[in-house]
Amino acid sequence: MAEFVANGFIRFEAIVPTDVNERGIDEMRRLELERFGTDGLKPPHTGTPLDECYPLPSAIGEYLRLPQIRGIIESFVGVNPAFDHDFTHHLQPHSTYTQPLHVDAITDSPDTTFDVQLFWYPHDVAPGEGGTRFVPGSHLRRVRSSGLERYQHIAGEKQFSGPAGTVVVFHHGLWHAGQPNPGDGDRWMHKVRLNPTVAQVRLWNTDDLAELQNPPSDHVFARMLPDSVAQILRTMHPWMSVTDYRNEQVQRAKLWRYLTGDVTYDVDHYLTRLEGRAALVGS
Amino acid sequence: MALRQQVLYLWANGSALDSGTVGWAFHDGTDGAGPRLPDTKPPYANGVAAMRNGWMLLQSSQLTAPLPGNEHLNDYLEYEFVFERRVDVPEGSS
Repeated sequence: MAEFVANGFIRFEAIVPTDVNERGIDEMRRLELERFGTDGLKPPHTGTPLDECYPLPSAIGEYLRLPQIRGIIESFVGVNPAFDHDFTHHLQPHSTYTQPLHVDAITDSPDTTFDVQLFWYPHDVAPGEGGTRFVPGSHLRRVRSSGLERYQHIAGEKQFSGPAGTVVVFHHGLWHAGQPNPGDGDRWMHKVRLNPTVAQVRLWNTDDLAELQNPPSDHVFARMLPDSVAQILRTMHPWMSVTDYRNEQVQRAKLWRYLTGDVTYDVDHYLTRLEGRAALVGS
Repeated sequence: MALRQQVLYLWANGSALDSGTVGWAFHDGTDGAGPRLPDTKPPYANGVAAMRNGWMLLQSSQLTAPLPGNEHLNDYLEYEFVFERRVDVPEGSS
């Protein structure tokens, strides 16, 4: 979870079984053809509880009900989140379409709540063959979607590649873009956005949290625990300036406070220093 | 011959022109008839390296103090440098 907070994504390699992947591609093809037609396969209505989405028999429904997928979903957005929307992303062989870098939806609210987006790649994606481009660590910045189109290249950005059945969970704010498909095969990906319906506090397995949770005194310029959440939240991405980095640490610490319910949590004293001084005003 | 413009955006990890490049974008008004960028990633380690390769600085981002309440919020890449290169291309080039 700390890596998700620092990077904005986490990937689960080949977590969906082969037969579900194969039937999933068939169903994605149907959904693409029939989604906007008068008859045929339709996506769930926005706001539908996840348990009611894609009732079986459905390959997408099977995928969303896999115990390992439900475990991932529950860890981020609770046991029965609301379906926001999904989409099948399909690129024909040798498609040259390049999507500009963007964030989905609108400029974010200032609170720390978040949606997740699950990117399901049902077939192998070789390096450079159309996998999603994304910028690790970009998820907590407040931007307008179209404003990102200017960035053709960012140091440290990644392009997905991996084996069939890999699922990558994105924080909804992560900058990303579809890429051309120079390969000979169709490129399929299913993306679903889920909204939490409960506070996202300690929803994941927190058995090791007491051991790893650093005290607010943990400070890179003083004393640090060698193995702690703070060490992960100190991840600096190659595209960040020093100011970016320190501001990101503040935003990550705020998100970690929300996720853990620990209102005193801090990394490198940034929040504690300001809060301590602010408490003196008028005292 | 006709004059065409190439534009290079560099984003740096600091406010100085020799701060390290962390992002870049290239727009080619010569439609491929003019010189290309170096194949390295990034194409230039910093803005000064681009100048030494013939790029002229058009604009650099202003330094602005954060608004009250926004001191710890990040948004776009902060340090943007825009360069141009004017290139003669054969008449009839797009």
